Amino acid sequence: MPYVPHTPDDITRMLDVIGAQSIDDLFDEIPAALKTTTLNGVPPALSEMEIARLLTERAASDGRSLNFIGAGAYEHHIPAPVWAIATRGEFYSAYTPYQAEASQGTLQLIYEYQSMMCALTGMEVSNASLYDGASALAEACLMAVRANRASNARRILLPRAVNPTYCQVARAITCNQNIEFAVVDFDRREGRMPLAALQAYRGQDFTALVVQQPNFFGNLEEVDQLTDWAHANNLLVIAVVNPISLALLKPPGEWGGLLAGKRGADIVCGEGQPLGVPLASGGPYFGFMTTRMQHVRQMPGRIVGRTEDTEGRPGFSLTLQAREQHIRRSKATSNICTNQGLLVTAATIYMALLGAAGLKCVATASVQRTAELVRALMQVKGVAAAFDAPRFHETVLRLDRPVAPVLAALAERGILGGLDLGASYPELGNALLVCATETKLDVDIDAYARALAGVMQASRDARGAA
Amino acid sequence: MGELHLREPLIIELSKRGRRAVSQFPPSSSAPEPLGIPAHLCRGAPPALPEVSELQVVRHYTRLSQLNFSIDTHFYPLGSCTMKYNPKACNTYAMLPEFLSRHPLAPEPQGFLACMYELQEMLKDITGMQGVSLTPMAGAQGEFAGVAMIRAYHRARNDAARREILVPQAAHGTNPATAAMCGCNVKEIPCDRNGDIDIEALKAAVGADTAAIMLTNPSTLGVFEHRITEVAGIVHEAGGLLYYDGANLNAILGKVRPGDMGFDVIHMNLHKTFSTPHGGGGPGSGAVGVGPRLLPFLPIPVVGKEEGRFRWLRERDLPQSIGRLSGFMGNAGVNLRAYIYMRMLGRAGMVRVAEFATLNANYLMKRLTQAGYEAAYPTRRASHEFIITLKQEARRYQVTAMDVAKRLLDFGIHAPTTYFPLLVPECLLIEPTETETKEELDHFCDAMTAIRREMEQEPEKLRSAPHTMPVRRLDDVRAVKQLDLAWKPAA
Repeated sequence: MPYVPHTPDDITRMLDVIGAQSIDDLFDEIPAALKTTTLNGVPPALSEMEIARLLTERAASDGRSLNFIGAGAYEHHIPAPVWAIATRGEFYSAYTPYQAEASQGTLQLIYEYQSMMCALTGMEVSNASLYDGASALAEACLMAVRANRASNARRILLPRAVNPTYCQVARAITCNQNIEFAVVDFDRREGRMPLAALQAYRGQDFTALVVQQPNFFGNLEEVDQLTDWAHANNLLVIAVVNPISLALLKPPGEWGGLLAGKRGADIVCGEGQPLGVPLASGGPYFGFMTTRMQHVRQMPGRIVGRTEDTEGRPGFSLTLQAREQHIRRSKATSNICTNQGLLVTAATIYMALLGAAGLKCVATASVQRTAELVRALMQVKGVAAAFDAPRFHETVLRLDRPVAPVLAALAERGILGGLDLGASYPELGNALLVCATETKLDVDIDAYARALAGVMQASRDARGAA
Repeated sequence: MGELHLREPLIIELSKRGRRAVSQFPPSSSAPEPLGIPAHLCRGAPPALPEVSELQVVRHYTRLSQLNFSIDTHFYPLGSCTMKYNPKACNTYAMLPEFLSRHPLAPEPQGFLACMYELQEMLKDITGMQGVSLTPMAGAQGEFAGVAMIRAYHRARNDAARREILVPQAAHGTNPATAAMCGCNVKEIPCDRNGDIDIEALKAAVGADTAAIMLTNPSTLGVFEHRITEVAGIVHEAGGLLYYDGANLNAILGKVRPGDMGFDVIHMNLHKTFSTPHGGGGPGSGAVGVGPRLLPFLPIPVVGKEEGRFRWLRERDLPQSIGRLSGFMGNAGVNLRAYIYMRMLGRAGMVRVAEFATLNANYLMKRLTQAGYEAAYPTRRASHEFIITLKQEARRYQVTAMDVAKRLLDFGIHAPTTYFPLLVPECLLIEPTETETKEELDHFCDAMTAIRREMEQEPEKLRSAPHTMPVRRLDDVRAVKQLDLAWKPAA
């Protein structure tokens, strides 16, 4: 019996102790009319050898491609120790560390994680993770409504250049709490939000401004100006950031402060996947969130604190639990219970291995590879840059023909050429979002450029022939 | 009982300026491009991250792991959490390189989607539902999806005023928290002394405001709600829907289906019933199943099959969907682990899960009552879990459920769930799961017997437990009063 260790003798002895004739007797409180007779939709059991064969075949049929898609999930090298340690049974098969004395390993690791995320984002406190970047933005919006005492509105300024899926998720999660979003457009030439676009909202009551850095197009926003504008108008700033980029870019905790006298974003969130988590068809990843100490009681999710035991030795435990659903029930800051602990384990090991210098090398190499990619692709006839703002490791190209058939032809050659922005941003025309990280070498970039040239030429030839 | 571990310093305390794990650094480019990032957008001082060698990292985190209890190392009878064995195969084959390297926005991978589609089909069959979405990333998000669908259903029928969610007194805290996130109010329904819902109270509570009732069955009290059909009738008659919290699905797998009990929506904790790892707090997966009323509202994406090809169903396929709850498609890798587990168990194995989880729980309950402990519902069958109440011991020996829980750690056993459900005083909620041997259960009973003797003879030993863990009991009051949530460099 798979994973059931009972021998016939065990069963007899156990039923004897219980005083039951059969295992079936133990279900005699379930009304007979409700009992299930068959499970036709579940096939018979497979042995480990058979499941290995099935899964290996299915994985092989999916194959591997040369990937230039980013759009919120980024391919970085994952050091071998990361998952070798994260999948140790002591981390992998442990529960939430409610019994602190038997969970010091997980608790200390989360404390170290919180410390690293605070250092990276320039903030004072971090939670122990949320589900992913998109849902973290939704939670940040709800938190901002609770935290901004200067505003009575439940309205958030949401730039159009924020990841469109994040916006969809934020709406889906907050819609039953009457949160409204006003969309702020981007500048067509620069691909980022100009200060002028915000001026239209001046004098109206809004809770918060979302600023994504780099934005969905890979462009760098003028975060100092935007932060100062928000603070001058009593809005909180919700920063959505890529953690790898923070080795290179100004941390949200230092944004602004040029005029307003108040420095830094108020809530920082984002997708933790770039920190040692594989792409894996979209999950599990993890969302992170950091904030100012003054807002800690409004933060959702678990938090670990350092304290002392009865003998004065340092130790770690879950703290500020009065914010959480198991204590506060309907008054909790969120319904979140299970989070993404194992991914935080991986990310902590990743950050420890790379350190500030390593993360900066990864970030720098990614920016450089993307610059090389852009240069190579721009030499292909019919390809132009869409924007002229400074960027991180992702950018939008404009093609002289529809993007979808080009991407399909590239995919046949084993190349994932980027994301077609047509559905999300029809105003950009034939726009293609491309990304290169440190994992893309000269040979990969050459391969993409050659394949794209071939595909574009073939498309022109076909049209010419028709 | 092991020796005390030495304290492991923080990783940052191992740091030494200039030390690097250089083999993890990317190679430098042959002709590096200028970055083109203006100085005012760049970081000044580097973040305070550790500077350590690869071996230091490996040793530090391996040592930290050894400070944990886990299923792989200890019996973990944590009620309501289903801490069963997480088969290694599920991890190994979910981590095949092709699965791990697949970008979520890559063209639809047929091999992976075949697994997800078959998982949806198996979950539909097991729960008696008509549609499943694998998108929710944990139980609480599954609950959110369920209640959001219920609201969308009432709204679509021009009945949006229904905003009251009924929950039994003993409900898990996520139920009321979820209701609040969905803009609903919560009304608690009391239980009778056998642990069943008070039917008269329910009748009095339902009405034109009733959006739904959220239930687990077996309940959080560890007993099967016999009059579930009557409960379903009362709520449906009043125009409300039935929500099944799948936290306790392990107890009824292949025995009775929520759909057949009259439920309209269920979330499943794949990290409980289908054995994906708890990971020290997550990730989970909170797949939702729905009956015909809620089918149009499922969260997207869902895997569809057309002419032998699998594809993600999106906005245009499900225009009434409550929308997207994750950046891509939920915790895909967790779902893959659950798929592998279910295929390895197969049809007969599913039924055995419920049978042997229930056998183990009833055996343990009987043995503990023989050892002098009081079951909270002695006339009832245990489901896959049961409650012991220590209210008499608390009075007689001035020891608490927490003291017993902490003392169990010294016997190498993870504590059961304590003080949940709140309505049973000084309770331990015990769930052994089907993957434990009789010998392990007997060891637990021996430990509980020894602890009972200690209660009578040396209760201080319990009050000051644990004695063999890396730390003694922690000062939670100090933790809140002197918040220390992140390491800071010495000023």
